[in-house]
Amino acid sequence: MKPSKTLIYDGSFNGFLTSVFVAFDEKINVADIQKNGQGQNGLFSDTETIFTNVDKAKRVWNGIRSKSYNAITNIYFAFLSEEEGIELLLYTYIQKLMAAKKGKEMDYSDGFVLKISQLARSVGREKHRMEAFVRFQLTKDNIYFANIEPDFDVLPLISKHFRNRYADQQWLIYDVKRRYGIYYDLEGVEIVSLDLNEIYFNRTRKSKVFAEKEYDYQELWNDYFKSTHIKSRINRKLHTQHVPKRYWKYLSEKKEAV
Amino acid sequence: MNFERIKEKLNILADAAKYDVSCASSGSTRANKNKGLGNSTGMGICHSYTEDGRCVSLLKILLTNHCIYDCAYCVTRRSNDVKRAAFKIQEVVDLTINFYRRNYIEGLFLSSGIFKNPEYTMERLVAVAKKLREEENFNGYIHLKSIPGASDELMYEAGLYADRLSVNIEVPTISGLKLLAPDKKHEDFTKPMLKVKNEIARYRNERKIIRSTPKYAPAGQSTQMIVGASGETDKDIIYSATFYYKKYQMKRVYYSGYVPVLQDSRLPAVGTQVPMLRENRLYQTDWLLRFYGFAVNEILNDAHPNLEVDIDPKLSWALRNLHLFPVDVNKADKHMLARIPGVGMNSVNKILQARKIRKLNWDHLKRIGLALNRAKFFVVCDSRRWEHRDLDAEKIKGMILQTSTGKFRNQYSKQLTLFN
Ligand code: SF4
Repeated sequence: MKPSKTLIYDGSFNGFLTSVFVAFDEKINVADIQKNGQGQNGLFSDTETIFTNVDKAKRVWNGIRSKSYNAITNIYFAFLSEEEGIELLLYTYIQKLMAAKKGKEMDYSDGFVLKISQLARSVGREKHRMEAFVRFQLTKDNIYFANIEPDFDVLPLISKHFRNRYADQQWLIYDVKRRYGIYYDLEGVEIVSLDLNEIYFNRTRKSKVFAEKEYDYQELWNDYFKSTHIKSRINRKLHTQHVPKRYWKYLSEKKEAV
Repeated sequence: MNFERIKEKLNILADAAKYDVSCASSGSTRANKNKGLGNSTGMGICHSYTEDGRCVSLLKILLTNHCIYDCAYCVTRRSNDVKRAAFKIQEVVDLTINFYRRNYIEGLFLSSGIFKNPEYTMERLVAVAKKLREEENFNGYIHLKSIPGASDELMYEAGLYADRLSVNIEVPTISGLKLLAPDKKHEDFTKPMLKVKNEIARYRNERKIIRSTPKYAPAGQSTQMIVGASGETDKDIIYSATFYYKKYQMKRVYYSGYVPVLQDSRLPAVGTQVPMLRENRLYQTDWLLRFYGFAVNEILNDAHPNLEVDIDPKLSWALRNLHLFPVDVNKADKHMLARIPGVGMNSVNKILQARKIRKLNWDHLKRIGLALNRAKFFVVCDSRRWEHRDLDAEKIKGMILQTSTGKFRNQYSKQLTLFN
């Protein structure tokens, strides 16, 4: 048997797909696929560094998609979960998928398929939540700015939603945890990495960065939120189930509660 | 903008609007055009949740809480002693746009007390929507309340700008309406419904011929009924809802547990518990009728005029029809799968997919997500049989309640689907 190898890639989705291509192409016995700098190479396996190649990545992408559209979204979403060991999990899933007859990936009674689809579903849920819970604040430079801090790396997934919705205003959504953002400049969306020296929670202290009337609207929204509930029907458990506490610090309607 | 004044108005007019339970922003696709503001994708988004657990997706306000009428169940009624306020048209437009730009809302739900007369009031509601669409190039969601008694011409115009129109029937029986809303006539509600229904149909036909015909009230119309204010049975409510679904092609009927807000001898006293569980059961029934292929008289009829409180309506139906069970999940058709307690439509589809590949046993069913604590009494599959054949309805009910009391006690909200 061929000795097993650990593939090291740059952490991007294209990099991962390139690794899959190389593994298939060179019939490598894959021990693991790891992000550059994670440094947990197996003791008994060689490592090989994979250089991201968009053409190779595309071929894998198209190959999977021609098998199943559903699988390709599941794979992409699950990848963004950043779960430890996700690469090897996905690699095995792709192997199974490629070997299987059409429609196989829909077999929800297969534990493997289930795991991937569960991960994808969690990421999908957070994507959806971010589309709901982004709160823009208008800066003096006329940019609508929002911080988010999602569990999964969902920025790539929400870009289209916001581009379609806010076509006539400049906006920037910044992922505090991963230190990068997406910026729309009225023409298109680009990825920007920047280090903010201040993180704008919705604390009550005002920041000079934002437009004067910004705080008026936050207050109006906060007030509005308070007047929406019906006292005799309060159900806090249900409330926090829908709006998990970890999101609160960026929600303007939750200012006092944080 | 005069901030303090706006703030005060918003407090008063949002507070008065909160009893309207309709909050959906789904069912309308309105693509962003000419690099404008907003894009409705057909999937509603809840941007927040109230402390009672309901979705907040629209800025829901009254244009004014002045009203010339005196409906017994309404906080805004003429004889109630509350602070009054009225928004200017432009103020509502500004609030909507600024909330939308910050991603607080999907759009606007605008209702109103009736000031001066129905026509004058409706005119103003329409003016807000028109401004949003034409001056602000706004493509977010707009839901307008139709004012009973407004003219056909205005109703027609409203449908050009709004995604959804609704007129709340509030009291499900005509006799109840006479008692609690003496100023209103049944026809005042049904006339605008009929107009909207006909216009939707007309526009749809024209679109088939001329593709560029604009959409008319693309998310359709809805209505709301108060539950527990006038002593009606669940059968009265659901039969009335069924009538409106059929006759006026309602997209949704909402059920709103009556919140006693006024001291009035015709109504339950202030402090009476809001019938939330009953409301929840009505929503479940509504779902069964719309998505699960049940006929209304299977669930409610003269022998069963009220829904059971301790179990959901599907389980209740199944226990009354034990001769149709057990169902073989590996063979039964979609229609019958959907009728198994503890099996939601999602699970039905997964079963249909998965059983193409292999015969399903309890393990598979569990992974697919069936609520086995209920389903197991009604199902056979590719496992050793669960020997439940000799149990009668009473015993099954008892065993299910034993394993699920906590769950049933806690989940009181309509937004949680109890049966899945
Ligand atoms: S007409 Fe409408 S706002 Fe006026 S009292 Fe009746 S229900 Fe309330």
